[in-house]
Amino acid sequence: MSKELENKGQTNVQAETTPSNSVTPSPLVAALRREKPDWAGEVIEAFGEVTVIVPRENILEICSYLKTAPGFEFNFLADLCAADRGPEEEPRFEVNYHLFSITKHHRLRLKVLLNDDDPHVQTVTGVWRTANWHERETFDLMGIIFDGHPDLRRILLPDDWEGHALRKDFPLRGFDARRSAS
Amino acid sequence: MVVKSTPDIGYLHTGMEKLFEYKKYQQGIVITDRMDYLNPLGNNLAYVMAAEKLLGLEIPERAQTIRVLMCELQRIASHLVWLGTHALDIGAMTVFFYAFREREKILNLIEAASGGRLTPSYFRIGGLMMDLPSGFERRVQQFLNDFPEALEEFHTLLSGNRIFQKRTQGIGYISAEDAIDWGLAGPCLRGSGVNIDIRRTNPYTGYEKYDFEVCVEQDGDVWARYMVRMREMKESHKIVVQALSRLQPGPVKADAPKVVLPDREAMKTHMDALIHHFLIVAEGFDVPEGEVYHPIEASKGELGVYMKSNGGPKPARVHFRGPSFVNLSALPQMAEGCMVADIVAIIGSLDIVLGEIDRCQVSVKTGYQTDTRHLTPDIHL
Repeated sequence: MSKELENKGQTNVQAETTPSNSVTPSPLVAALRREKPDWAGEVIEAFGEVTVIVPRENILEICSYLKTAPGFEFNFLADLCAADRGPEEEPRFEVNYHLFSITKHHRLRLKVLLNDDDPHVQTVTGVWRTANWHERETFDLMGIIFDGHPDLRRILLPDDWEGHALRKDFPLRGFDARRSAS
Repeated sequence: MVVKSTPDIGYLHTGMEKLFEYKKYQQGIVITDRMDYLNPLGNNLAYVMAAEKLLGLEIPERAQTIRVLMCELQRIASHLVWLGTHALDIGAMTVFFYAFREREKILNLIEAASGGRLTPSYFRIGGLMMDLPSGFERRVQQFLNDFPEALEEFHTLLSGNRIFQKRTQGIGYISAEDAIDWGLAGPCLRGSGVNIDIRRTNPYTGYEKYDFEVCVEQDGDVWARYMVRMREMKESHKIVVQALSRLQPGPVKADAPKVVLPDREAMKTHMDALIHHFLIVAEGFDVPEGEVYHPIEASKGELGVYMKSNGGPKPARVHFRGPSFVNLSALPQMAEGCMVADIVAIIGSLDIVLGEIDRCQVSVKTGYQTDTRHLTPDIHL
């Protein structure tokens, strides 16, 4: 909670100094709090951007809702990516959904937190088809498994590649550096 | 007839997103050059603006104007490569030479400003590498005077060409709903009648002050995407003219001595400038904790940078939302049902750059790792 307050304090300073690249976030958060209070538990507003940490079980439901609900209309999935906080952290992974509305021109980031021993989250390919390749990339490089994905294969690395290259415990030059050096 | 198509990518992997985590913020800029190598200044801009957002830096007016000017020149250059190669793919060879002749002029301008033709790294966190060289405005003006005529030439060669029309009109159709659903961006999205341009919807680096038209075509086919880009070059020309007239003398670096490298002259006379220079180069600068997603309108569409900082001089995670990557994913949708020969036309109309699609890894598909050290020489920015 204290972190949230800190970030909010930061927002006010940022609003004056950073170039404007997003709408004022407050109405969006207020609307979300009003419509779906149980989803908008943790909201972080920083750097002129809104992040909502949502429960893993609800992600599909939330995305379907936000895509069509009047006032939100997030019909465009701009980006989907994951970050690794490090093998010692718990929850270890965060999956970010960057939403954009073609009609309203506002943006929102949804965040799902996942544990190392169970990096599963439901796919959103049914909501936006563009999620297909984003999820494949995230699976390939970060090892997040998207349940229900129609074609969850590696996309950038070869099929017989071992490990997930963007994880923090994967060395920069790979496990097999000695062979490649020779 | 194409029954089903599956793009198979990953052959130009260079481990970039991993590398960012091992390099200081200012060293990351040189990596971005190599991503979408036809639009390096756009990549630079997205990256440095994400870092500036985290740092809360204010960029001086002159630097912002130069950023707009250079980015629009780069957009024209990128579209010219698309035009030449797209026409070449379909069988019209002449345009290629004329397009590259014009592009050469822009590369000369970029070289004059930054020293690099394809890898400028001209935008730095907090401003620019250095101010424009003397006589630059005159050279840009010369290019601007010549360009409309060249554009007319392209129209004469292609737009009025019956064969080109037959090869592109009604080919590779995608509706507005599908285009949004597939996450298409930039000219591909506008070619389907969706009026979206991030320069307009979420203006950055001062684009709100410029007068330009967002080019939209309704047909959603290869021809529509062609027309959007052709018209966009004209609009970019318009923006460059405005940027040139806005250019006022002033500083090109933010007043942030702990982030921005000091001028050479200051280093020779001021002790503190020398200390700051040493610290930035040797240790980097701390970026406050947080995460940002910064989208810009690159020549191919929405180029977004997700940057996460845990504090310290190196980012915890940098992810690029490459427009080429996303646009290519919609290829099966457009290709199915058309002739095999049309695939070339459709891929050309998507304007993909494989360097951006494959941003991420340390090897090609042989399983052996390639040495990536040459990609990011430890030069100090």
